[in-house]
Amino acid sequence: MFGLEKKDRSLLILVALLTIFAPFILNPFPEGSAMAQFNAGYPDLMQRFVIFGIFAIGFNILFGLTGYLSFGHAAFLGVGSYAAVWMFKLLSMNVVPAIVLAVVMSGLFALLIGYISLRRSGIYFSILTLAFAQMMFALAYSVLTPITGGETGLQLALDDPRILDGAGASAGNIPVPSLFGLEMRDSADLVLGSWVFTFNIGYYFCAVIMLLAFYLSIRIFRSPFGMMLRAIKSNQQRLNYTGLNPKPYTLAAFVISGMYAGLAGALMASMDPLAGAERMFWTASGEVVLMTILGGAGTLIGPVLGAGMIKYMENIISKINSDILHGWFAFLPDGLEDFVVTIIYPFIGKGWHLTLGLIFMAVVIFLPGGLVEGGQRLAALFRRKKTSTDDGSPAKTEPAE
Amino acid sequence: MGILEVKDVNKRFGGLQALGDVNLSVTENTCHAIIGPNGAGKSTLLNCLVGKLIPDTGSVMFDGQSVLGRTPHEINQLGISRVFQTPEIFGDLTVMENMMIPCFARRDGAFRLHAIESVGSETELREQAEQMLEDVNMLDKRHMHSASMSRGDKRRLEMAMCLVQNPKLLLLDEPTAGMARADTNNTIDLLKEIKDKRDITIAIIEHDMHVVFSLADRITVLAQGTPLVEDVPEKIKGHPKVQEAYLGESA
Amino acid sequence: MDAILLQVLNGLDKGSAYALIALGLTLIFGTLGVVNFAHGALFMIGAFCAVTLSRLLTLSHEVIDETRTDFLGNPLKVDVPYLYDIFGETAGAAIIDWAVPLSILFAIPVMILIGVVMERGLIKHFYKRPHADQILVTFGLAIVLQEIIKYYYGANPIPTPAPAAFTGSFDFGALIGFEPNTIIYPYWRLVYFAFAALIIGAVFAFLQFTTFGMVVRAGMADRETVGLLGINIDKRFTIMFGLAAAVAGLAGVMYTPINSPNYHMGMDFLVLSFVVVVVGGMGSLPGAVLAGFLLGILESFASMREVIDLIPGINQVIIYLVAIIILLTRPRGLMGRKGVMED
Repeated sequence: MFGLEKKDRSLLILVALLTIFAPFILNPFPEGSAMAQFNAGYPDLMQRFVIFGIFAIGFNILFGLTGYLSFGHAAFLGVGSYAAVWMFKLLSMNVVPAIVLAVVMSGLFALLIGYISLRRSGIYFSILTLAFAQMMFALAYSVLTPITGGETGLQLALDDPRILDGAGASAGNIPVPSLFGLEMRDSADLVLGSWVFTFNIGYYFCAVIMLLAFYLSIRIFRSPFGMMLRAIKSNQQRLNYTGLNPKPYTLAAFVISGMYAGLAGALMASMDPLAGAERMFWTASGEVVLMTILGGAGTLIGPVLGAGMIKYMENIISKINSDILHGWFAFLPDGLEDFVVTIIYPFIGKGWHLTLGLIFMAVVIFLPGGLVEGGQRLAALFRRKKTSTDDGSPAKTEPAE
Repeated sequence: MGILEVKDVNKRFGGLQALGDVNLSVTENTCHAIIGPNGAGKSTLLNCLVGKLIPDTGSVMFDGQSVLGRTPHEINQLGISRVFQTPEIFGDLTVMENMMIPCFARRDGAFRLHAIESVGSETELREQAEQMLEDVNMLDKRHMHSASMSRGDKRRLEMAMCLVQNPKLLLLDEPTAGMARADTNNTIDLLKEIKDKRDITIAIIEHDMHVVFSLADRITVLAQGTPLVEDVPEKIKGHPKVQEAYLGESA
Repeated sequence: MDAILLQVLNGLDKGSAYALIALGLTLIFGTLGVVNFAHGALFMIGAFCAVTLSRLLTLSHEVIDETRTDFLGNPLKVDVPYLYDIFGETAGAAIIDWAVPLSILFAIPVMILIGVVMERGLIKHFYKRPHADQILVTFGLAIVLQEIIKYYYGANPIPTPAPAAFTGSFDFGALIGFEPNTIIYPYWRLVYFAFAALIIGAVFAFLQFTTFGMVVRAGMADRETVGLLGINIDKRFTIMFGLAAAVAGLAGVMYTPINSPNYHMGMDFLVLSFVVVVVGGMGSLPGAVLAGFLLGILESFASMREVIDLIPGINQVIIYLVAIIILLTRPRGLMGRKGVMED
């Protein structure tokens, strides 16, 4: 089925099930309970999970396979967002043309930037991509204001032409992005006892696209192209002396991952039709690097996991305030309670970035292979315990999954 | 007219004349050894043949085409494969994947975007690769992570990767350097077998005279960047100039 | 002519900052082989050393001033710095006024300590890891450091003025024979430039004329050989890291009167400083300094109204453009050495 090996097929089905039932899985706590703040099953956050999942999946095709560390990938996300919003303004509120243009535009930008940046490798490549992204950010923020909206960002207006939608479509309100009439913001609630589950069209649209993107990335990983990319990471010299030219392969990987970023940007704009330059800032590029590494660079599922983890933690941790903390530690004696809260306080709420930085360091220091490797190590530990008596066969090393 | 013709090649590094008027002709389907003391310019010459260095003057013709100005991958596509002094393989990949890459290179050329097809479905190439692995007695290791193998196995794998491309010319850069006696003998046997079974030209740089005299049909002695003598092995052994080049510096 | 000179002068202060940060980056990169994304954070911490000291100096207690009243008619409460009690009002006020230059003394030990702790505690373990890992871990560290500063000092810029004697501007043009009022230049910028020149000179002299510096330079050229000679290069590299941190920190201290420090100033400068290092040539100290000033001045020229009218937005991107062109035409940078960070 789908032209995949059994193991990959199970992985794809697992991810598909998780995304389809995400509104249930992410809302395990009843409404109004103390734990409800840990629920993540609301549309806005779920959309971010899958959109950043796409972004990270694409980044992983470049970084995970070839080892080229781009520090400017958010630029393509920004290009995608701007392109999509322009499509909404000029042509139609239908998301399809917006996504198509965004992917094409980000692909073109990636082709240009990749062509230049890939003439160097190692840290030079990282710095070049960083320089390009910062340049685009600076331009978007200043001179290109007519195109990008500058500091305020690019927004929809009532008097946008929207050629295809016709005049009657916007009767006094700015219309919302839709897929052939299905409005992205529409949701249906399912109330089961004290649980409320929300099913949002935008989320499911993004989820379907993420599944397609994920499927495509599996195919790329298992393809001759994917193998060449891993060979590039492993030994460029040998590749050269084997009659293969690493440049076009790397460039193709760069463009593909740039297009993934553009797709993610277009989906962001489709969920909330505005685009700002801060999306291209280099901290945003750093974030996708973190997602990929946290999950496990070079693994299939890693980037999706990493993106989910980071966005979940961002959301939950930045919502916790000192009152909540005091509530948690109320069981402690007063002095100790205050002390514990004071210790933890800098890391929560607005301190989310501090926690993020610490996670970043911890992952690079202790778990360079990310969560996937961590999981494998744990699994191996358990397996060894179980089979310690009859373990005769030496561990066979499989290629990176 | 040999398959590889090196004419009047000069290469300077700053003040050092690394190669001076090197002329070399390698006849098709022979094994030609290039020997010489350290610093004689053997590696420089080799690098000029594969596109890593460009000679200052002179010409290098392979199979009727000039290799000068071509990149290493283009030269490989002309039919020259190179084995390195320390085995260069794809350490992160399995043995089988290592083998598949030259198979793809041979079939598809320097670049082709197969992003959707599966490596697993390339039955024909897999068979080629497995056949080659069998020839070098490594089929049982095909699922191994190549970085975790012994040096001797890496060398075998590298050679198999070169051979599966069916090159016209195989360049060997001290293929037994740092090997134990047993491994060296295995390598000699392997190379002999290759030589006998296939239509292939071999050019070998080597320090180990045992290897050279077991394999070579012709030998060129290089000293201080210039060919000293070129002859069949029997004549080289007792040649006074060779004695001088090798012993002169140590005596 | 005077317009050109004015732009050169205007470029000097930013150029000085670039040069100082790039110098430290290059020292670390050249000696330790580590790409330090947290170097900008050191610059920022230096600036906050100045903020901290001036806060410490102005620690006050409340005193009721009977001679004045507030708008309700009560006696006015005024804050009197403890320094006034210790040194008297005039001397105390002078010390507070000179808080920024005094911070140099405060910042040197603090920065060296931070640098050494950073190297021993973290960077040391990354010498043998891939450059990508070094970039990532120091990037994480940079985020942590800037968030800590943000937590304690808030997100807003904190004005930290120069001593009264150096505030304001003077007619530099008239001094060197131009028409009066054509080249007006702030005193502090000149101070900053002189200070930067002094530090750069000191670092070079240190590397050139001391045995310590000789070993470090040899280590930059060929680390393994120096290690083979039995010289304990690691310890020296730790000290080098401390020194580089101090240079970045001092650059930050003295920069506070030019731009009020905020928690993200380090990152802003870091990206540009990396570009400077690359333009100058990875591993080349003179290259870093030269490129720092060059790009600072170039940026200032690109900000001229005439230039912006001609090419809008050029001032925003000039440095990146130059870097891209240099990297593509002279991959080793202006003064890069062969063999350093080649692919």
